[in-house]
Amino acid sequence: MTRGSIYALIALGYTMVYGIIELINFAHGEIYMIGAFTALIVSSVLAFAGMSGPSVLFLAASVAIIYSAAYGFTVEKIAYKPLRQAPRLSPLISAIGMSIFLQNYVMLAQTSDFLPFPNLLPELTFLESYGLRIGSSEFIILVTTAVSMVLLTLLIKFTKMGKSMRATAQDRNMAMLVGVDVNRTISYTFIIGSVLAAIGGVLIASHIGRINFYIGFIAGIKAFTAAVLGGIGSIPGAVLGAFILGWTESFATGYVSSDYEDVFAFVLLVLILIVRPSGLLGRSTVQKV
Amino acid sequence: MNLMAQIRQSLIIALWFMFLTFPVLAVRVNTIEKVVEWRWPYMVYIGIGSFLISFVWRYLLARKAQGGKEERSPAPETTKDRATTALRTGATGKPIMQRLMAEPRLYRPVLIVLSLFGLAFPFLPFASTYQINIVTNALLYIMLGLGLNIVVGLAGLLHLGYVAFYAVGAYSYALLYYHFGIGFWAALPMGALFAALFGIILGFPVLRLRGDYLAIVTLGFAEITRLILENWNEFSFGPSGIAGIPRPGLFGMEMDLHQGTIYIYFLMIALCMFTIFVVNRLQNSRIGRAWVALREDEIACEAMGVDPTMAKLTAFALGSTWAGLAGVVFAAKTTFVNPASFTFLESAMILSIVVLGGMGSIVGVIIGAFILILLPEYLRAFSEYRMLLFGLIMVIMMIFRPQGIVVGIRRIYEFKKRAGKEGSP
Repeated sequence: MTRGSIYALIALGYTMVYGIIELINFAHGEIYMIGAFTALIVSSVLAFAGMSGPSVLFLAASVAIIYSAAYGFTVEKIAYKPLRQAPRLSPLISAIGMSIFLQNYVMLAQTSDFLPFPNLLPELTFLESYGLRIGSSEFIILVTTAVSMVLLTLLIKFTKMGKSMRATAQDRNMAMLVGVDVNRTISYTFIIGSVLAAIGGVLIASHIGRINFYIGFIAGIKAFTAAVLGGIGSIPGAVLGAFILGWTESFATGYVSSDYEDVFAFVLLVLILIVRPSGLLGRSTVQKV
Repeated sequence: MNLMAQIRQSLIIALWFMFLTFPVLAVRVNTIEKVVEWRWPYMVYIGIGSFLISFVWRYLLARKAQGGKEERSPAPETTKDRATTALRTGATGKPIMQRLMAEPRLYRPVLIVLSLFGLAFPFLPFASTYQINIVTNALLYIMLGLGLNIVVGLAGLLHLGYVAFYAVGAYSYALLYYHFGIGFWAALPMGALFAALFGIILGFPVLRLRGDYLAIVTLGFAEITRLILENWNEFSFGPSGIAGIPRPGLFGMEMDLHQGTIYIYFLMIALCMFTIFVVNRLQNSRIGRAWVALREDEIACEAMGVDPTMAKLTAFALGSTWAGLAGVVFAAKTTFVNPASFTFLESAMILSIVVLGGMGSIVGVIIGAFILILLPEYLRAFSEYRMLLFGLIMVIMMIFRPQGIVVGIRRIYEFKKRAGKEGSP
């Protein structure tokens, strides 16, 4: 479950971006990683200054969210916006380039080793009294994911921004004609996706307790698998896909072998794409000339 | 935009990047000794750097936009790259590289000088074993680049798992030798065959997918291959790999290390020549044209009677064959294989060779491989920034020069057809 909810947070970013500009944002996993790193740096600086408690978590998380959003915004402006009209292959290669660049940027600026991540999440004692057999960090992750998802759904359904997002996803040119600022909408999409990725980054880093520059790559692939599994472009699909992937991995590592943990995600991805490329909840689209 | 507005905008960009890079670049925490290391000078560099770069960036973007507009009008000044304008002749209007390639009188002397240099290189006084090794490495990447070029450049299928086939080639030689004592020359075609088979096995299910899905599935496939090699100890000996693979022999002659290196160098030259020959022939064959048509428009191509599945499958299989060949040579050259040599970064490196050199262009791939492999070797101080640079190259090339350093030779046909408006896209 925990695993699934983290994948869900990252997968939503993929799905939103894909829904709007039909691009696999390879750099999305890196945004997640940068969020985790920023949180680590902020919390360590604060901890050395003698602070502790929930204020550290709050500050670290908010700084991480701000920075991830800023990175997401900048990546879009640099690597994708000039390529809006280019053939499909170009933004894809540019996205891969951006992903490699960000990975190595963090590696060179910080370190290539695993860094210990302090557990920022508070211990919830009331869980025990209800007799729930769940760790407090797991509980927090689940609740945060659920809340983020509800907020996201509300945002997309009921706000003006959400409406312009849906319009842009349907038909970019038409949206432009009816007065939607498409560039701004795409920027918003990247920012929201990055915020979700940052939340995921902080939570999972606290839960697992160590990070390095490479976590974004694997997490990104898995979240992408989840997004494809549920039908890319569909928001409930991404959540469903993420949970299915999380369960599959837990079962597979439990019953088969933990060495092949990452293999299962890929096998699942390949199978899904072969059997049902549009995903579980996705609409199949026919390409027209 | 006037100058003041430009400067102001650049200042804003500089401040933005300073803000952006602040936590990761300027602060480093040492969690063991519990100290924070502040690196303020980096902030200053980033500020000044992004201030200057933003000017260049805007200038290039503006020039690109302008170039795009000009190309639609039939004016004579019509290529994206103004720098080549001076080198072009007014009558034919082709950039210098294409003129060189089009006229035998011009490119033959260059070719002869280059091949003489290539043959003489190992015997030149400055060519130590180390130097020869580096060049051999570059030749290996030329082969890989040309193989990937078939898939990415010609057929337009973004393949991110190319290294898996490279691994298949390397491991098939290693395992064949280990279990059956099969030598290099027998393993060479077998490795190629295995890689091609692998390509077909992978190709069958995934080729129905559209471009971006294909990219991610090939990436996933490469990771699966690597993880299996790493974890299946009984089969592949796990992360420790297989050591003691023999170098290729030459009629049972005994060679010391230096001679062996020279021998592999010549072997690679021969293989590269063979690759260039085959790829060149392929490019102009029926199947090569089918690939290019497929790249440009799959539906139109299908309507014209090309079976897209067959075309894609052959592209995959042939691309994988070269990876397999290169893999066997790699195993023989290093005498050791382990899964760590076949990570995603390797795939990315080969891809950036193809992207930098020019997708679909043989000369481009060769130049790209030499730049990307030799430059980091000679600029040792920058070698750790290599991958950073590769990522940057991919982004920048896609934005400003998606056709690569050397524009693919196919464009010449267009120039001929539209004699009136040369240089159209």
